[in-house]
Amino acid sequence: MWDSQVVLMVAEGTWVTLYMTLASTLIAYLLGLPMGIALVVTAPGGLKPNKIIYKILDVVVNIVRSIPFLILLMLLIPFTKLIVGRSYGATATIVPLSMAAAPFVARLVESSLLEVDHGVVEAAQSMGAGTWSIIWKVLLAEARTSLIVGATISLGTILGYSAMAGVVGGGGLGDIAIRYGYYRYQADIMIVTVVLLVALVQILQIIGTRLSKKLDRRITG
Amino acid sequence: MEAMIQIKDVTKTFVGKDNQVEALKGINLSIQKGEIYGIIGMSGAGKSTLVRCLNFLERPTSGTVLIEGKDLATLKDSELRSMRTQIAMIFQHFNLLMQRTVLDNICFPLEITKVPRAKAVERAKELLEIVGLSEKMLAYPAQLSGGQKQRVAIARALATNPKILLCDEATSALDPTTTKAILALLKEINEKYGITIVIITHEMAVVQEVCTHVAIIDEGNLAEHGTVEEVFSRPKSKAARKLVFQGEGTATYEEMKGKRCIRIVFSSNSSYEPVIANMILTCKAPVNILLADTRDIGGVAHGQMILQLPEEEAAAEKMIQYLKNRKLEVEELTNYVG
Repeated sequence: MWDSQVVLMVAEGTWVTLYMTLASTLIAYLLGLPMGIALVVTAPGGLKPNKIIYKILDVVVNIVRSIPFLILLMLLIPFTKLIVGRSYGATATIVPLSMAAAPFVARLVESSLLEVDHGVVEAAQSMGAGTWSIIWKVLLAEARTSLIVGATISLGTILGYSAMAGVVGGGGLGDIAIRYGYYRYQADIMIVTVVLLVALVQILQIIGTRLSKKLDRRITG
Repeated sequence: MEAMIQIKDVTKTFVGKDNQVEALKGINLSIQKGEIYGIIGMSGAGKSTLVRCLNFLERPTSGTVLIEGKDLATLKDSELRSMRTQIAMIFQHFNLLMQRTVLDNICFPLEITKVPRAKAVERAKELLEIVGLSEKMLAYPAQLSGGQKQRVAIARALATNPKILLCDEATSALDPTTTKAILALLKEINEKYGITIVIITHEMAVVQEVCTHVAIIDEGNLAEHGTVEEVFSRPKSKAARKLVFQGEGTATYEEMKGKRCIRIVFSSNSSYEPVIANMILTCKAPVNILLADTRDIGGVAHGQMILQLPEEEAAAEKMIQYLKNRKLEVEELTNYVG
């Protein structure tokens, strides 16, 4: 049964999973990073406190985060069709994946930026730095280690979600696991896909941890 | 001459959910160019709030802050930011950028003001020379000691050639030896570049060491201000005394209440004669020495002593007269020990 066709399928599934994960994470950050920054900046006591913007963002993030991913996936089908042209396949899965991950990313970014010592922000203000300078040169720069750790967590989570999208024909390893492992009782294929998913998460995690440590200057030596 | 910093009726009230805290209750202060002005007070007295009003990190609730005659409240955002490049600040916890090298930390204020990189690096190297840290140029803050971090912070503060340097408890996290070295550096900077320095501290020793002038802040009020010599040798307000004669008045000696106490101030030339011993011999009555202290203020020794006089009126009067005849400053303290 493990003919070249199956091997090819699993290899392609691995590739598709990676593609969905990386693309969705990228889009999730394009949306979530500004949201996270905005949450920190507009929060009470932030650089530019703004109750209305803060509350709206806070509520939106909470609502989206509290919808289970599978439900969101289905709720977003019309929207996905509008953007990609169809609601199944890898590229179509990127839409709900990024949508679900963006608020998650926003919260991770928010908590990373809040870790930056307020004193350093105050020092920058005392030097005449404007809001943008502080965001770029102080908040994002000082929080970069924490941001990379956050991105690693996001990658792992999104990869897990991408497998869930297999239920609705999302493509990738999750899709294979459901079609062959679950519907056809091919346990061996199921196991192989699971092992591959675990390996992918491990690799991403190792890269992320190494990178964040390498870029951290707070450790002596 | 126009004051470098003029503070007029400044108040600051922090509004909490169900309470209001009046951190500053109408402060008036004028700081001249080239002075090293100490602002001292117990923690929670409002001194940190006051110094943040000088660069508008905190906006005063009412009152005005004038920097070289310019009212900070009338400035637009961009004008305020460019004004801040002239009012540098250093902090208790240094507040360096942990992910940047020493050199890049010092370049930071120059980046903000869009100074070309090459020029900024040149200036940063110059400043490292001044603070004596040239060899640490490429180190990160995590690799430096507290004193070295504060030196970097000072270099960073000086990068934009400010007219004013605000120091918010800048030596409070440092050991005494390092504190001395940092204070000496501040003094050097003040003398060399004529930068006006405002030092916020809760430590008498800091003010004594470098300041020319001092203001004492107590519960949001300005208790007393003047030259360090004036305030420290003859403190008038209760808050000032509490700070200057630390430990005085903390214990209550019940049995002494009601008796007459006097404070004697010795200036530099009156400390040779054994005045008190002679006085006791002459008046034939004992006194109780409650406090005796000598301090070096601006290079001149100042002594002070608090005596409890005998209950007998005549003897007490005689003693006061005796001391006055010796040209000592004698001041009667009513209800001392309070």
